[in-house]
Amino acid sequence: MNKRIYLDYAATTPVDKRVLDAMQPYFYENFGNTMSLHEEGRKAKATLDSCRSNIAEFLGAKSEELVFTSGATESDNLALKGVAFANQNNGKHIITTKIEHAAILKTCEWLEKHGFEVSYLSVDQFGLIDLEELKNTIRKDTILVSIIYANNEIGTIQNMKEIGEICKNKEVYLHTDATQIFGKLPIDVNKLNIDLMTINAHKFYGPKGVGALYIRKGVSIEPVLHGGGHESGLRSTTVNVSGIVGFSEAVNIAKNEMKEDEIKQTKLRNYLIEEVLKISNSRLNGHPTRRLPNNANFSFSFIEGESLVLLLDDRGISCSTGSACSSPNLEPSHVLLSLGLKHDQAHGSLRVSIGKDTTKAEIDYFLNVLPDVVERLRKLSPLR
Amino acid sequence: MYNEKVIEHFRHPHNFGEIEDPDGVGEVGNIVCGDLMKLYIKISENEKGEKIIKDIKFQTYGCAAALATSSIITDLVKGKTLNAAMEFSNKEIIDALGGLPQIKIHCSILAADALNEAIYDYFTKNKTEIPKIITLKHERITKMNELMKEKFQNQNE
Repeated sequence: MNKRIYLDYAATTPVDKRVLDAMQPYFYENFGNTMSLHEEGRKAKATLDSCRSNIAEFLGAKSEELVFTSGATESDNLALKGVAFANQNNGKHIITTKIEHAAILKTCEWLEKHGFEVSYLSVDQFGLIDLEELKNTIRKDTILVSIIYANNEIGTIQNMKEIGEICKNKEVYLHTDATQIFGKLPIDVNKLNIDLMTINAHKFYGPKGVGALYIRKGVSIEPVLHGGGHESGLRSTTVNVSGIVGFSEAVNIAKNEMKEDEIKQTKLRNYLIEEVLKISNSRLNGHPTRRLPNNANFSFSFIEGESLVLLLDDRGISCSTGSACSSPNLEPSHVLLSLGLKHDQAHGSLRVSIGKDTTKAEIDYFLNVLPDVVERLRKLSPLR
Repeated sequence: MYNEKVIEHFRHPHNFGEIEDPDGVGEVGNIVCGDLMKLYIKISENEKGEKIIKDIKFQTYGCAAALATSSIITDLVKGKTLNAAMEFSNKEIIDALGGLPQIKIHCSILAADALNEAIYDYFTKNKTEIPKIITLKHERITKMNELMKEKFQNQNE
């Protein structure tokens, strides 16, 4: 195969051509600042309003409940810091999990340095939190629960409905980082009792650099970015209209194609898992069924993930790993360790995430190459 | 991240595998990232009667840098006198590879340590007096290995 086989859609996706077409006019012809009084400004503002209501509707939210940001990291920061500082008179306790994205974990660490207390829920071998543990961890001074909806590494989808009910009954705000699941499976913030939700565009064929935070009406929250008062004062900075147009168009496409993509990708992903597990000393990480339709995560004993990713790259295949060698702090993935994996199992992990354009022929090529590459590294390894 | 030379050694490593009936084996693990390296050496004498490293092979569990440093140390040491090999420093690996990313420098130390341990093992097996330069490094490496075992155990609990 001459062309590259991209199996890292959980890292980012290509922009859909229809999204790009929708964005084109918003760089030169319609370039206005949404805050300007003149016609260019009014046009930009009208575009922004219609995109906002389109995306909000997709979540079952009201238009004014959506704040645009630069992406998921910013949305997570706004949700956590914003709610923490606005509600500190009611308490300084926050609950999250051990398997959050760094955007949540690092923000929590920062909040801990600023007088807040954070409890980290553990997960079972499949990556699910214990609902009883959540119930028992909520205290009188708990102001926020933040739980990743679908994990970025292992794809495990939490029981969000039950989590939402618990938080509602205990009258504590619930935030979820839905970056990986948004645009792949339907979400209704009201049915799930979600108070704040992080979403972004580039994980489902939209552009990079644009995301949003859903904030239920009535939630008290402080801004992180102060300035000219954009986004109802919650996120000052000139609005990225072209990016938001792309985000909105990606939502339009998801509305129509999400179901079909889910069915197709689940089937392909299940085939992939079944075939990969034929390799000796391999295992699937994450939940067997409660997982994102496009995610598979494996561990191969006796070999290391960075070497695996680079040898696959040599053969034209792009994947990722939770290996210590590929991380900036040389620690293996905290998510895989939280599942109870041993150091070396986390070290030898491979995440394969497929997308809209992934074909069976590509998966077959991957399945043909993978045992070879694993075997080659095992020959070099002193472990047996 | 890696230069071409590193990638080349990673893609096509030299002298990998086991030596049957080796004269010395060095096995080291890295406390930082959990990599594991095993070096096998075979000793003989040259025409001058000096001991030389006649053959050397490696097995490594680790990243591209760990594999590349393992590969190049076998090239650098093969045929050298034992005396010269005892003086070996990880800087020779870095120079020969044309540099390593800062975060991967420890891989070159791992390879140099594995060589030291293989030589230590050779002297121990032959019941000859072990030169101080080797013993000192051996003590440091043993301490590291113990720390690493502790770390693995803690994480596996």
